[in-house]
Amino acid sequence: MKMTGKVIKYGDNVDTDVIIPARYLNTSDHKELASHCMEDLDDTFTKRVQQGDIMVAGWNFGCGSSREHAPIAIKASGISLVIAKSFARIFYRNSINIGLAIVESEKASDAIQEGNVITADLDNGILHNETTGEDYAVEPFPAFIQTIIENGGLVESIKNGSIK
Amino acid sequence: MGMTMTQKILAAHAGLDKVEAGQLVLVNLDLVLGNDITSPVAIKAFNQMGKDNVFDKEKVTMVMDHFAPNKDIKAAQQCMMCRDFCGEQEITNFYDVGQMGIEHALLPEKGLVVSGDAVIGADSHTCTYGALGAFSTGVGSTDMACGMAIGKAWFKVPSALKFELKGKLNKYISGKDVILHIIGMIGVDGALYKSMEFVGEGLASLSMADRLCMANMAIEAGAKNGIFAVDDITRAYVKAHSNREPVVYEADADAVYEKTYVIDLSEIRHTVSFPHLPENTHTTDEIDEIKIQQVVIGSCTNGRLEDLKAAAEIMQGKQVAKGVRCIVIPATQKIYLEAMEAGYLKTFIECGAVVSTPTCGPCLGGHMGILAEHERAVATTNRNFIGRMGHTTSEIYLASPEVAAASAITGKISAPEEVL
Repeated sequence: MKMTGKVIKYGDNVDTDVIIPARYLNTSDHKELASHCMEDLDDTFTKRVQQGDIMVAGWNFGCGSSREHAPIAIKASGISLVIAKSFARIFYRNSINIGLAIVESEKASDAIQEGNVITADLDNGILHNETTGEDYAVEPFPAFIQTIIENGGLVESIKNGSIK
Repeated sequence: MGMTMTQKILAAHAGLDKVEAGQLVLVNLDLVLGNDITSPVAIKAFNQMGKDNVFDKEKVTMVMDHFAPNKDIKAAQQCMMCRDFCGEQEITNFYDVGQMGIEHALLPEKGLVVSGDAVIGADSHTCTYGALGAFSTGVGSTDMACGMAIGKAWFKVPSALKFELKGKLNKYISGKDVILHIIGMIGVDGALYKSMEFVGEGLASLSMADRLCMANMAIEAGAKNGIFAVDDITRAYVKAHSNREPVVYEADADAVYEKTYVIDLSEIRHTVSFPHLPENTHTTDEIDEIKIQQVVIGSCTNGRLEDLKAAAEIMQGKQVAKGVRCIVIPATQKIYLEAMEAGYLKTFIECGAVVSTPTCGPCLGGHMGILAEHERAVATTNRNFIGRMGHTTSEIYLASPEVAAASAITGKISAPEEVL
């Protein structure tokens, strides 16, 4: 899995209530959710996000509610990868289950700045900063999780019998 | 190397003699839960999985609680989708308006969870049932769909933190103060990916309501689950609510804990979480005057009969302060009825509070008490993130029912002792 995108950066403890406020949870329409993504934290996000952009954040990204609407909204906004120092656990598994690429790296999160262009090679565990020339190594996923990702998410994994 | 309580339950449900932290396991589930917000997404995913029927119609449950009674047309459509699905699938435990309560208060009350169970719910506060000695954790809608389809979920076996409780709570101090104190101590990611296991002689002074409240907020420390050792209080509760036999898993003497915290319950004081993170805790004796406009007493954290009793006893014969709106939400129909029979609802209404039908409502900024700009609320709920209960400039202070009740009377954040 490989992607290149421009960075939009946030801080620590970005919670699911700011990723997609509960007042919009009366729908599960991906486009509608994307149109309100991040609005309580950054009302410029939906205007400036481009297809393929990479979101970078600090500790405990996605903390709070179990709403899958949060990774759905981020993915439907066009974000191709989220890099954070750590992820809240439900957000982490939801992202894998719906096929939103995420990766943990304290070093990358500290070094990467807003607007940098990053090329991520997740199969080989390398993040390359096109703007600064730096490389950051990341841990590859365990085999079981890799299976879910390769199948395009949990739904396909069940459908094709990879997970019974 | 021994196993923790959580590891033993996961091993048993994965058909393994032994598991260790970090191992990935596929676990057989005793119950799969969803609500009116998360289930529609799960139903769509389930329909894509190519399965005609849920794995066990007795072991899937849906509760219409978040935006129910329907707050708008879209919410009504979502409830309809759940209702139709449960009808088609002949799901036994579907709880609609009239039978429903807030899911995490309702399921233990209905006896749907017992000690030793493995439970997932598409709601982050599913960790509540750890109070019963079950492994129980919040997941997303796709995991819920997978659970409905094959009765299984994947987990990375968690490492654990041990909380050794000793001593006894003082009067007007409750489980809420204990868990807020702990979150203040370890932080909102202090237990990230881990289990929080509560043991020790101090358990004897914690009611089931205290334990449910504490396990409920394990997620607010980032934990995968919170779990309490089973004792006579647990056994009596399970016996009174379920026909199923509890299975008790005790941690091995040589179980590995990353860290052990010893907590003397007698030292816990009235604790309040300031905006905008549950870890921003202060005790009421160290804060300046903070005026408030709203009080919410309810939620899956603190909407139980014991919580309403504690609030009613403090508010009895007094009046809610001018300029304060006090909203009381019994968590289930049974609690509502019992609070009515005990006279608590009369107390609330006479002192100028309103009493709502069970709903998650204002806790997540859904309906029934949304905040305007710059307004402040004291709430017995579980999260005080930016915009959680309304406008992004509004502020939520998380507290116990005792502190919330006292604050409603004074119009500022107050300890119960100030009004008694």
